[in-house]
Amino acid sequence: MELVIATSIGALTAGGVYLILRLRAFPVILGLALLSYAVNLFLFASGRLAVNMPPVLDKYGDASYTDPLPQALVLTAIVISFGMTAVLVMVALGAFVESGDDRINTEEDAPEGDDEPTEAPR
Amino acid sequence: MSHWIIAPVILPALLAPVIGFVMRHDISMARIASLTGAALVVAIATGLALTAAGGETLVYRLGDWPAPFGIVLVLDRLSAMMVLLTSLLALIVLAHAVATGWDARGQHFHALFQFQIMGLVGAFLTGDIFNLFVFFEILLIASYGLMIHGGGQARLRAGLQYVVINLAGSTLFLFALGVLYAATGTLNIADLARVMEGIEPDDASLVRVAAMLLMVVFAVKAALFPVQFWLPGAYANAPAPVAALFAIMTKVGAYAIIRVHTLVFGPGAGATADIASTWLFPAALVTIAIGAFGVLGARRLMPMVAFSVVGSMGALLLAVSAFTPTALAAAFYYLVHSTFAAAALFLVADLVLTRRGDERLLALPPTVQNGLFAALFFAAAIAMAGMPPLSGFLGKLLVLDALRAPGQIGWAWSAILIGSLLTILGFARAGSTLFWKSTAVDTEATTTTAATPLQLAPAMVALAMLAGLTAFAGPLTAQFQHTADQLFDRGGYVGAVLGASPPEPTTDAATVPASSEEN
Repeated sequence: MELVIATSIGALTAGGVYLILRLRAFPVILGLALLSYAVNLFLFASGRLAVNMPPVLDKYGDASYTDPLPQALVLTAIVISFGMTAVLVMVALGAFVESGDDRINTEEDAPEGDDEPTEAPR
Repeated sequence: MSHWIIAPVILPALLAPVIGFVMRHDISMARIASLTGAALVVAIATGLALTAAGGETLVYRLGDWPAPFGIVLVLDRLSAMMVLLTSLLALIVLAHAVATGWDARGQHFHALFQFQIMGLVGAFLTGDIFNLFVFFEILLIASYGLMIHGGGQARLRAGLQYVVINLAGSTLFLFALGVLYAATGTLNIADLARVMEGIEPDDASLVRVAAMLLMVVFAVKAALFPVQFWLPGAYANAPAPVAALFAIMTKVGAYAIIRVHTLVFGPGAGATADIASTWLFPAALVTIAIGAFGVLGARRLMPMVAFSVVGSMGALLLAVSAFTPTALAAAFYYLVHSTFAAAALFLVADLVLTRRGDERLLALPPTVQNGLFAALFFAAAIAMAGMPPLSGFLGKLLVLDALRAPGQIGWAWSAILIGSLLTILGFARAGSTLFWKSTAVDTEATTTTAATPLQLAPAMVALAMLAGLTAFAGPLTAQFQHTADQLFDRGGYVGAVLGASPPEPTTDAATVPASSEEN
């Protein structure tokens, strides 16, 4: 269980970091989505992993329960990242429609006539 | 009385949807509602500041849940000062946006503006670190809308970069919160401060990771080296009134560093004591250098002002990095000063650029009211660069005076003094090109409309704030000293939030934190 969670968080984060370092808007958006999945899983795991446990104390004070607070935090984080992704897509679409390509760097630091953008000189 | 603490959050939150849905086709009604709302927030913030000036830490429990379980808003001198600063700046900027017609160049300016005020005020008032994240997101999502207000290719591109860097920052923030919760089992700032005193060595390394992650997140907001690169592009391409409002956005980052890294990870916190100052000091030095060279090298007016904001954040965080009451008192004075100075510069730059039509620093035919604009720019520039007689000089003097420890004095003094010199040079060159050499250009002056008194007033009020800050420097620095002393009284803050809450936590509730830590 721990291994699965840890490797999936690691893989999602690595993929997300790689993608947000691209110079096109579309991979960057995907990368941020991957990162938000990674962080949601991570937050979920921060309350310790417990399988088949209720997120409430039973009335006899038995201590076997899973921590409900990270679940509430994750819900908030999911809602926020969902809204943020929507805003990001709208802004990226606006920039794409205005300028005709989805390069993420601004005009002054874009290399001349490069189709597949590499690292921008800055 | 205590319900007033949440009023500056609730009022814009209720007003924004009303403006957005009911008044979206009627700009004059939206203007009246928005200006009235901003003025009311100023009145409430003044009341709160007067209440907090007594030195008591007031706690507002949402839903009346006792502190570590429910979310609390905390009003102390620092948060009251920041709320008052935010509300004053918002009113000035809003008046400028209305007078110059910026608000009518796109949709929903006023609704987004109110949401922005709500997020800013909430971030300053909250006493829960996850709630701080939520208010960060509120102010950011409003700022995304404001940033691309009016549209245009360059602005949308810069806006996209701004959104991406802040989303990456938010993700890091969540990682930091996860680590912090896993190690301590709480996210209430006061409770964190209490837990941190007795943290076990096993958890200490995790907590140090969380402290540094939080530091990076707040540094992104505060435009601190090495994560300052987004600011010049974003501020230079944002609509000028929005850039002026963003003068407080960098201060949100500085405030969060001050709050979290004194209360939670500050001196006396054992494992994480002074973790911030080790890194903050050199980073702030480099930030000052970047700001100064940026001002000197900028070829357009708005990026130049943006770089001067970067430089001022460097000076502010240099003072913060000492983490002593004296240095923080100086930092508070400089914080208030640099907010109004940056806003004044952006507003004056907007007035000038609207009439010049060319953003580059070139000698063009003089515009109407050349002398008046020159005087306003001169005043704002000397305030920003830190020359007498305005408050920038006093602010930098206080910062220099506070940084006299043997390890600091050489680096800090030379960085601030040389940085100021370069900033002065940059502004002097820009000012003489814009206003003085322009008079020597022979071509026919283009006909532009003169600025009405109403359009000039907001920039002048911002400058008047600086003059007031200078004239009342004595009483204000005394007040800022009390603010800093209260900030270092960790016991007072923790006691106010956790202890002595009228409805005693029941035994049921009291067992929860212990078991959630073990689980």
